[in-house]
Amino acid sequence: MSLLQLQSVSRHFGGLKVLQDVSFDVPAGGIFGLIGPNGAGKTTVVNLVTGLLPPTSGDIRFNGESVVGRKPHQITARGIARTFQNIRVFKEMTLLENVIVGMHGRLGYGPVGWLLRLPSFGAAERAARERARELLSWMKLDHKADDIADKLSYGEQRKLELARALATEPRLLLLDEPVAGMNSVEKTELMAEIRNIRARGYTVFMIEHDMRFVMGLCDHIAVLNFGRIIAQGGPDEVRKDPQVIEAYLGRDDDEVAA
Amino acid sequence: MFPDLTVLEQQLFNALSLGSVYALFALGFTLVFGVLGVVNLSHGAVFMVGAYAALQAVTKLHLPLAGALAVAFLASGLLGLLIDVLVLRPLRARNAPHLIPMIATIGLAIALNSLAQGIFGAENLRFPAEVLPQETLHVAGLHVTVLELGIIALSFGLMAVLLVVLRGTQLGRALRAIAESPKAAALLGINVGGLFMLTSFFAAGLGGVAGVLIGLYSNALFPLMGQPILHKGIAVIILGGMGDIRGAMLAGLFLGFAEVLSVAYIGSTMRDAVAFGLLFAVLLLRPKGLFGTVNERKV
Amino acid sequence: MMESFDSFWAVYSNLVLTLGTNSLLALSIYLTLSCGMLAMANAAFMGIGAYAASLLTMNAGAPFPVALAGGMAAPAVVALLMGGPTLRLSGVYLAMATLAFGEVVRIFVLNTESWTGGALGLNGIPPNTQWWHVALALALACAVLALMRRSKVGRAFEAIKLDDTAAGLMGIDVNAHKMLAFVMGAMLAGLAGALNAHLTFFIGPNEYGFDRGVEILTMTILGGINGLMGPISGAVILTLLPELLRSLADFRNVVNGLILVLIVLFLPRGLWDPARVRALLGRGRG
Repeated sequence: MSLLQLQSVSRHFGGLKVLQDVSFDVPAGGIFGLIGPNGAGKTTVVNLVTGLLPPTSGDIRFNGESVVGRKPHQITARGIARTFQNIRVFKEMTLLENVIVGMHGRLGYGPVGWLLRLPSFGAAERAARERARELLSWMKLDHKADDIADKLSYGEQRKLELARALATEPRLLLLDEPVAGMNSVEKTELMAEIRNIRARGYTVFMIEHDMRFVMGLCDHIAVLNFGRIIAQGGPDEVRKDPQVIEAYLGRDDDEVAA
Repeated sequence: MFPDLTVLEQQLFNALSLGSVYALFALGFTLVFGVLGVVNLSHGAVFMVGAYAALQAVTKLHLPLAGALAVAFLASGLLGLLIDVLVLRPLRARNAPHLIPMIATIGLAIALNSLAQGIFGAENLRFPAEVLPQETLHVAGLHVTVLELGIIALSFGLMAVLLVVLRGTQLGRALRAIAESPKAAALLGINVGGLFMLTSFFAAGLGGVAGVLIGLYSNALFPLMGQPILHKGIAVIILGGMGDIRGAMLAGLFLGFAEVLSVAYIGSTMRDAVAFGLLFAVLLLRPKGLFGTVNERKV
Repeated sequence: MMESFDSFWAVYSNLVLTLGTNSLLALSIYLTLSCGMLAMANAAFMGIGAYAASLLTMNAGAPFPVALAGGMAAPAVVALLMGGPTLRLSGVYLAMATLAFGEVVRIFVLNTESWTGGALGLNGIPPNTQWWHVALALALACAVLALMRRSKVGRAFEAIKLDDTAAGLMGIDVNAHKMLAFVMGAMLAGLAGALNAHLTFFIGPNEYGFDRGVEILTMTILGGINGLMGPISGAVILTLLPELLRSLADFRNVVNGLILVLIVLFLPRGLWDPARVRALLGRGRG
């Protein structure tokens, strides 16, 4: 079953056609990769799916319903969470606080609750803290739960972003260039982590341009070049597709080696 | 019925002189915002300092008007330079979020305005009558004072010089590069710090000259004279699109016209409301201003 | 002993009560700042609240609590109306637009003489404010704000302040929260204005313009925005300072202005900075 579908999505900025007639399906329960050279329009796809930008034309359907025109927080409520290419953790908050922010939409109390400190408020806050610690310990960050996020290393901040995204209880996890800036040890760790996430029932959609990482991990891949999808399918199919090879050979040779 | 055409034409010169001074003030303000990225709310105080400096030049040093204008330019310019070096530069070094320098300039404005009040008193002062050109010319059947003509000529002259520098010289290109991205400009070998100082000096100098011109136009100098102009300057640069030089000039002229015409045909009590009413309408309908495109500055 | 208290109170009661209303004002700007917005319209909201409450008392003979409620409701309504388009702006543009709004209100008052007394202001407002009104208002405001800080709303404000795009993507309705902060700030400022009006017998349009807005901002920045005590301590200091500096007459504001510059340069997080206090006391963060 398709969890996320893009149907003939186009996005123009003035005269610039960033995406043209992009269509693909992300099946539930798998790991999907959208790859393409730099500037192909991958981040724009993520921005469209999460509601930061509207498509110029076309439809985006999540769980069978269109999400075009919805605001970001509404899309998050429906079950899409995202991490960022250039990490955007809340730098002045602690790790625990960062993750608890992700639970905002799931805390079921209102102004009466927090003004009068009703038992439902206390219970919800306690449950949130416990769940946050759980997520942090999954990411092996729980020993730093009360540290300020700014003090973490780059790799640790990426893991924090993951924990925070998972806190929103998504069905679909959008990872925007998750291995940018990582060394090979960290990349292997992250690969295992993402498999773990899939095993727990989440669907993962990542955009990347590290071919080796994507080929090793994803069940389905779509390739974006100059705003158009030029290939879709399993890793082996895509790897051998002549259009894909041409698109990449024109750029960096070492990215194609797999 | 339709107003007397000659009255309208008279008002036109009025509007042109007021508008050109507004434009001149707004230019300095916009220059600092565009190049330094700071909303410098001490620009009104600097404006006032220029006016008072000119007055002192005329009364104490017995300089002619031209000399007084030069003194005003230098005095305000130096003040602007000091402000950049002592206050804005340390804040830049700290990478302070952009609201912080704005608040610091508010403090400077308060201090300067109060200092002027303490030294010169709160009453209106005037330029001595001998210094003001008194003649009226007859141009195309209209009475135009030499004063107004002088104000218009000087304002437009300075604006023209500024435009030429910005568009046609190496210096102008460097300034536009800094406005785009200071870090990139520095990497290109541009002396960003030095140009910040130069811009602060020149923008403040323009503000000081504007102060003298308003002091002559309205024949009144008082310590808080910069404040209403500052508020209008804010309206002007938002109307014109913040950081947009041509927009600032056009919006300043536009405001001058709107004000004078509304005084002539509606009544003087709503005069100040014109600026803000316009501002509000524009912000609601076209948040990017009438002319400009609001560009987020890339770091 | 009671005698000396009575004479102290006779002389200084206004000052103490003004400390209270200024604290409310500082808290109102703190509220919007804690959500990442520099909204300089609070002086205008104070004015709207002051006029609304005074007109209710004088023209409609309303009992004091009703006048106070009106003083909070009127600015709230205005904030709701202007918030939509205005809060779309951010950073410097928001600050400028809200500053401009303050001027619009001032000019509006100047031009509605039959109603508001125009430039001459409103005279003879009954002195209904007692010390316990101010104390109660301040205590309630602090309580609500403190409770809010430690709830999902407070966390949402902080997240929006730090990164409003990321906050939105974490499920926070950014526009709704900004509007909430704006309207609550307007209500606090209106309450302060209403209380103040019934303390000083007279209000005029020039009291709620740019200068008042700057004064409120200074108090908040001076004290720091790291907690509720920050704005309150800033308000206390800047209310008492003019009293202490009386001898300087006109030059008093020179000191005020310089203090602001110095604070910005040297104490960027304000006077009340829990981190610095902790460091001074030798306790670091664990």
